[in-house]
Amino acid sequence: MSEFDTLASYLSVAPEIGLTILLLIVLAFSVARREVERAAVPYIAGFGMIALAALPLIFAPGDANSTIPEGLYWGGMIRYDVLAQVFRVMILLAGGITALMASGVRGVGRRGEFYIVIIVATLGMSLMSASADLVMVFVALETTSIPLYILAAFKRDDTRSAESGIKYFLFGSFASAIMLYGLSLLYGFTGQTNIYQLAAFMGSDAFANNLVPVLASMVLVVVGFGFKVSAVPFHFWTPDVYEGAPTPVTGYVSVASKAASFALLVRFFVAVYPETLALSGESLQNFWIQLMAVFAVLSMTLGNVLALSQKNIKRLLAYSSIAQAGYTLIGVAAIQSQELSIASVGFYMFMYTFTNLAAFTVVILFSEATGSETIADLAGLNRRSPWLALAMTIALLSLAGIPPTAGFFGKFFVFNAAVRSGLTWLAVVGVLNAIVALYYYLVVIKVMYVDRSEDEDKPIPVGRQYVWVLWATSLIVIVLGTVGAQTVYDWAARGAMGLFT
Amino acid sequence: MNIEITFETITFAIFGVLTLAGGIGVVTTRNLIHAALYLIVSLFGVAGIFILLAAPFLAAIQVLVYIGAIAILIIFGVMLTRGMTHLPERFNRQGGLAAVVVIGGFVVLLVGVILPVWGPNGAVAAEAQPIFMTTRDLGIALVDKEQFVLPFEVASVLLTAAMVGAIAIARDDESRD
Repeated sequence: MSEFDTLASYLSVAPEIGLTILLLIVLAFSVARREVERAAVPYIAGFGMIALAALPLIFAPGDANSTIPEGLYWGGMIRYDVLAQVFRVMILLAGGITALMASGVRGVGRRGEFYIVIIVATLGMSLMSASADLVMVFVALETTSIPLYILAAFKRDDTRSAESGIKYFLFGSFASAIMLYGLSLLYGFTGQTNIYQLAAFMGSDAFANNLVPVLASMVLVVVGFGFKVSAVPFHFWTPDVYEGAPTPVTGYVSVASKAASFALLVRFFVAVYPETLALSGESLQNFWIQLMAVFAVLSMTLGNVLALSQKNIKRLLAYSSIAQAGYTLIGVAAIQSQELSIASVGFYMFMYTFTNLAAFTVVILFSEATGSETIADLAGLNRRSPWLALAMTIALLSLAGIPPTAGFFGKFFVFNAAVRSGLTWLAVVGVLNAIVALYYYLVVIKVMYVDRSEDEDKPIPVGRQYVWVLWATSLIVIVLGTVGAQTVYDWAARGAMGLFT
Repeated sequence: MNIEITFETITFAIFGVLTLAGGIGVVTTRNLIHAALYLIVSLFGVAGIFILLAAPFLAAIQVLVYIGAIAILIIFGVMLTRGMTHLPERFNRQGGLAAVVVIGGFVVLLVGVILPVWGPNGAVAAEAQPIFMTTRDLGIALVDKEQFVLPFEVASVLLTAAMVGAIAIARDDESRD
């Protein structure tokens, strides 16, 4: 790295600076004396984060001659590139939408602290997608996790929420500790903390016979990532936490935290264990491809099979999110198709973010109105609130991967990457799983449209902000499934190319 | 491999024994107050090892923050929740198995590094230099724009959120709607 470029350095963390300022504004408003000012907090936080999502687009990373050239900033702490840009946009949008989603929820919606903690979690995730140094990786991970533990336990008088928070905290801190052990092993081997210098040292002759310790470090790090993306066998926390946490938090954990973790996962593994790195004649990349493939198969299969028997819609979406993590891991395992692989992961997370947020918005509205989260109680939703039922249908179809929704292209790109990298069997397992998954998504749609209930004449009240959220997310899901797919995919592919140079 | 018995090795042995014995005490005792006291012993041993590693500032912080503040907080917490101090029931039934696995893994790593099965293959990359990090160096590293200023600042934002969140969860909620 050359001289310290002040302007570019600040612009490379523009979303984080913006989030910090937003945090202070929200803090000021949430202690305001007048009720009307406190009531504005969700909108300030929500629209603030959505507006901040424009920053990575305005200050786009470019080539060496642009204002912010792609590369390492802040002494190698972060790497600002197109991939970071893609994930930052989706994380900031997810944060903003979550804040709007939370505004009408009893127990959390009117409390300014809730939005402060969400903003900090978003800041951590935004940094995760760009971290390029072991120190930064860990600080960003904890800046994401600790606020999420708090958010999960936010409904203090609800025992399920408290249970969810404690479980998330215990599992999460355990996973963090294991991952930290892996990271410190990596530092111990090399004396480097920058992830782009680790591989160079491990590839040198002086290090050639250390296959076993490096594998140990890899496994430890993978455990941490596996927990964050809720891949089987590190998924035990997922259903309980998803069910117990306040629903906006569930939606947020299921998309933003997962997206940020995948961003970090691909960056970390491509940088630290690149294709060229071989110890004792064994390519390290092969090991982690196999690890990822096994996790992908386990996550998809277990997630989908267990989802079949769920009665609670939040638990169903929890198991569905485990399965979705599995599909995304196919994309990660297909790393030998280079940018195809990472672009498919980027696209999958992009479309999954909006799809799942739409689904959770409907769940919030329904459970706030009826107090129920049971799938059977969704009966007759079509007659109660046809638009709500339609939005839920679009989201479920997208999760199942049916055109013309975004989920179709998400799965298509992922399977395509798998086939191109010689993992056809993995793609086949994925397709079979998608068929199983189709069943339980369709059951929910059937309950909403076909089953009758006694409450059919009672429409579900939908606040104005929810109308916006549902329109926006549903439209994005449809657009990504039709005309917008190529644009976003190309954008993610450009980001992916940046990782290999 | 020959080990010289010097003042340093003896000190290291003492602090090592303190650290390990304290740690074993923490996980074996059934009394939470005793566990907290063992934890102090263990943390004190770590502080001594920091001094041997020429990191006096870390050692001081270890004593002040971990022993002085955190351990005392733990003891207060235990005393305020009396019902927890004598737990008759064992919650973890796989303790023995976990201990075997962890000790096995640790021994493998230890033997591998000491023998050395693994290590820098004879060609040691760089001779370790005696670095004396002063408080000043540490302070500069934390706020230098080419070093750790970004994680440092982010950590402060995280602490703010943790504080706000802790108050939000713990306080009696008078403004419930």
